[in-house]
Amino acid sequence: MRVLVTGGTSLLGRVVAQQLNDRGDEVVTMQRGVAAGSWKQVRGDIRDAAAVSSAVEGADAVVHLAARVSVVGDWDAFESVNVSGTQNVLDAARAHGVSRLVHVSSPSVAHFGEPLVGADADAADPKRAHGHYARSKAMAERLVLGAVDDSLAVVAVRPHLVWGPGDTQLIGRVVERAASGRLVLINGGTALIDTTYLDNAADALVAALDRVHDVSGEVFVVSNGEPRTVAELLTRICRATGVPEPTRSVPRIVASGVGVVVERAWSAFGRDGEPPMTRFLAEQLSTAHWFDQRHTQERLQWAPAVTLAEGFERLAAASHPS
Amino acid sequence: MTTASLPPADLPGLDPDWSQVVSAPDAAGVQRQWHVLDAAPPEPLGTVLCVHGNPTWSYTFRSVISELSDTWRVIAPDHLGMGFSERTERFHTLADRIDELSALTDALDIQGPVLVVAHDWGGPISLGWAERHHDLVSGIVLLNTAVSQSDDTHVPALISAARNGRLLRTVTQRTRAFLDGTLRLAHPGLPRDVADAYRAPYRSASQRQSIADFVADIPLENDHPSRTTLDTVADGLTALRDVPTLLIWGPRDPVFADRYLRDLQRRMPHAQTHRFEGAGHLVVEDAPVAATVRHFADDLAAGRTRELRAQPALLPTTSAERRTLWAALENRADDNAAAVVEMGRRGPARTITWKQLSSTVGDVSAGLTAIGVGPQDRVALLVPPGADLTAVLYATWRAGAVPVIADAGLGLPGLRRALRGADVQHVIGIARGLSAAKAMGLQGTYISVGGFAPGLRRALGVDYTVVELAQIGRQLPTSSTPPVTAEAAVLFTSGATGPAKGVVYRHAQLEAQRDIVRDTFGIRADDRLVAAFAPFALFGPALGIASVVPNMDVTKPGTLTSRALADAVAAIDASLVFAAPAALRNIVRTASTLDQAQRARCERVRLLLSAGAPVSRETLRAASHVLGGCAAHTPYGMTEALPVADVTLEELEVGGRGNGVLVGRPVSGVQVAISPLDPAGGATEPLTDSPDVTGEICVRGPHVKDHYDQLWATQRDSARDHGWHRTGDIGHLDVDGRLWVEGRVAHIITTPAGVVTPVGPEQRLERLDPVRLAAVVGVGPAGRQVVVAVVEAPLQPEGVASIELVDSLRLAAGIDFAAALVVDALPVDIRHNSKIDRLQVSAMAAEVLAGRGSGP
Repeated sequence: MRVLVTGGTSLLGRVVAQQLNDRGDEVVTMQRGVAAGSWKQVRGDIRDAAAVSSAVEGADAVVHLAARVSVVGDWDAFESVNVSGTQNVLDAARAHGVSRLVHVSSPSVAHFGEPLVGADADAADPKRAHGHYARSKAMAERLVLGAVDDSLAVVAVRPHLVWGPGDTQLIGRVVERAASGRLVLINGGTALIDTTYLDNAADALVAALDRVHDVSGEVFVVSNGEPRTVAELLTRICRATGVPEPTRSVPRIVASGVGVVVERAWSAFGRDGEPPMTRFLAEQLSTAHWFDQRHTQERLQWAPAVTLAEGFERLAAASHPS
Repeated sequence: MTTASLPPADLPGLDPDWSQVVSAPDAAGVQRQWHVLDAAPPEPLGTVLCVHGNPTWSYTFRSVISELSDTWRVIAPDHLGMGFSERTERFHTLADRIDELSALTDALDIQGPVLVVAHDWGGPISLGWAERHHDLVSGIVLLNTAVSQSDDTHVPALISAARNGRLLRTVTQRTRAFLDGTLRLAHPGLPRDVADAYRAPYRSASQRQSIADFVADIPLENDHPSRTTLDTVADGLTALRDVPTLLIWGPRDPVFADRYLRDLQRRMPHAQTHRFEGAGHLVVEDAPVAATVRHFADDLAAGRTRELRAQPALLPTTSAERRTLWAALENRADDNAAAVVEMGRRGPARTITWKQLSSTVGDVSAGLTAIGVGPQDRVALLVPPGADLTAVLYATWRAGAVPVIADAGLGLPGLRRALRGADVQHVIGIARGLSAAKAMGLQGTYISVGGFAPGLRRALGVDYTVVELAQIGRQLPTSSTPPVTAEAAVLFTSGATGPAKGVVYRHAQLEAQRDIVRDTFGIRADDRLVAAFAPFALFGPALGIASVVPNMDVTKPGTLTSRALADAVAAIDASLVFAAPAALRNIVRTASTLDQAQRARCERVRLLLSAGAPVSRETLRAASHVLGGCAAHTPYGMTEALPVADVTLEELEVGGRGNGVLVGRPVSGVQVAISPLDPAGGATEPLTDSPDVTGEICVRGPHVKDHYDQLWATQRDSARDHGWHRTGDIGHLDVDGRLWVEGRVAHIITTPAGVVTPVGPEQRLERLDPVRLAAVVGVGPAGRQVVVAVVEAPLQPEGVASIELVDSLRLAAGIDFAAALVVDALPVDIRHNSKIDRLQVSAMAAEVLAGRGSGP
């Protein structure tokens, strides 16, 4: 099978491409920069419809990971990548007769601030999703699910807080903040949250690709199925990576207020990089979100191969090469 | 709105498809438009006819329609002038309304069998209808209603205000005072949208005319035009005695107070009753009424409605071998040996001989009969354990009356709810007990234990003292012996989970309990008992053995010292000690204060029995040591069945570790079976005695409770397996036939990977050094829960447990806890200070782990 993976520079994209390549699929990745990997690569911007079209040409299947994942930035930046970019992928898939599309979405498309406890993959709702990222991803998910027909099978997969060695999104930020003494627990870190070890998320995407004809039009949240408190997760990440553990705790209401102020100050001064705390992150780290994985595992015929405990061991091994 | 209309389409819980407009003549023969809710499956089992009262409308039955309309046709009309039915100029009397309902059911072509469900003044209307349609009616369910308003009962304030001639129209029609006042009777308060739905057809004064007319039609006076009709309806109930009837009652009703329930029960002696404690006039809003009606309808359809009580087969049919509870009192009527001894600070304070006890019980029981305490009358005993309670208890039994016993630990509100609910007709108490009874508003004969000063006697309304009863009874023949099938006691549960339940025993069951206790512990005629545990303090005379109550507060077991125990043992040369774990702990704690002689006396005890709460092996071992290494047992059971199983200290020492608490083998004559759990955590599978299957523990035996008092639905559920009692405990039998308790059904944790029971893992956690007490609970929706450990770990900070502690907890329990929380104190029950309220722990953990709260 010839598979185009968009967003090939992302950690998850790379692992998915690697797995497909390893099992003998013909893999092409598309990304703006240059990615590691022995497979064919196409450089291009997801916002460029012509570039996307030429990358898709000849593919049997697309795994669409390319997205703007930041927690700051203006709406246009998110819309152009996450919504219009996804439309470009859909258009190209249609034009070139692609039969399978795995769309990588986010649980945040159905997280509206209230705790999610033993939740299902509820419908994405751009109106209620918090922040530009979640809103644009919600629009994208609705877009792809609306495109399902006899010639194109589509499945949307929402991996929940993916982490692993080499991850700059969650692990990288935690380590950076902890190293500079800025890692705080919100409300004692008591919120129970799901996370997904990197390889498990990649396995799930590959499983979705294989199962897409049987589950076309469906949405799945993917996680390790081992919810943990934020305090435990952050502490274990710090221990595995050898940085100071979080000790202080700030009440959420304060953390949330700090987020607002910092966000504004950050954009006002036009600084690069990301602010240390945003409302979105404060909400993510202070509100329960964990999911019932039975339906996902049954439908995708997939189960996480790496437990959290093994994941932390691998993280430690990668952080302290012997 | 003058003609009928349809309700707004967006009323909560109301399906617009149910609504229709039907034409039928009113009492004057004029065709009128009715609004009727009508929902049916293709082939209904019959018709449920729901009749509302005032000032509600058919909306009040929306949950009944939802619940039953998959199998029954459910019809709920709005009376003419009410709800969304036509407004007429006519004043509809009760007689009119019965005629009109009959005309409507004709127009609707309803098919039998009909189950009538009625609320408030829908009661008399529907019963009048039922009397006319007797051949159609297969069942009746009445919710907070009445069929009589006798002159001697006072009129409720709400009604009397509404009925005041000048105020009537102001209260009921011109303003919404009566309407809103009724809607405020819900517990908890109605959601705003539901209250608005109730108000929807009554927005203007003209729409409320029939509300006023309904109130005006209540026949408070003898010459009231509707009085005759109401009396006819009430008298006609005798003809409905072949119709299965369920009375569903919300006791917190200022309008239809308990006396109306009693009146209905007297008129319909065949009726079953379910009281939803805490619910009020709008019981259908306050309690799961629809589900209860559903169960009743299911039973009707299946042809089983009459007896949901103990199977008569389990009760002895002949009395040839019967040994009454007071048989020993008759056999030892001339025995001058001590029967009951009460210890004081300096030795025996009071000694009652068999002869004295026998004559007191005989005289007082005859006195009770003489003053009108009839067979099966219920008598509240508000007397602390001791010689006096023993005497009045046996006298009450002997008189054929039914003692009602509730623990003072319920508190005044709980006690009030229990005793009023049990329909107590007489009270026997010490001054404090009678004063509490008065505060609770208990009616009936007041009998005091001990003589009071005339002022106090008057203030408490004492009718007789026990001494006076004995004098009255002395010259009279003994009361006739109650049959073995007569009710013998109403015992209230602790109320640890919800309102306390009254458990009814018959004489046969208490006699069987006595015999099982005797056989299980090998009690012989020459044994003598230290009764430091309240229930057994009363059992000495029934067992035919002497008993001594140590110098302690029997309601506070922890007050028993080793010296007080030694003195009690010495007083009657006791061979048996029955005590609660808290008492044993204190005995062990104070053991060093015993001198040589006291120690030697204690060592003459041959058997120690710990009862009332789970006891640790360590406590049992240490207490047995104080008593010279005597045999030690601890039985398992509950208010509804005691004992169920028994285990000895040796058995605990040898094989006491496993998944749960080892409670031993079922005692002789008692069967134990397990109702296995389904994946959702429900104990729904057929009973089994296969080993290593976890499920609800079910018990069968001659001493198991007869039924729950006025809790039809609870009884139905607990006795749903023919002849068995469901205990609400979960556990399993092992290959040796020993029973292990793993927790409560309500505490089962349902994870995607399967069911987890709490006690086994908790025990494993409590063996860890840092852990003093542990609770293992589920968090999340049923079937998708994660397991959380909440521990008291004195040296650890509160909040999310440290990584080290979490790791050791996971390892020790063998469970992948999603989280472990440390708290300063877990909530435990007040009485035993040991049973953890896991539901409260679970709610707390859910709140903390949702991330909303401020942490533990």
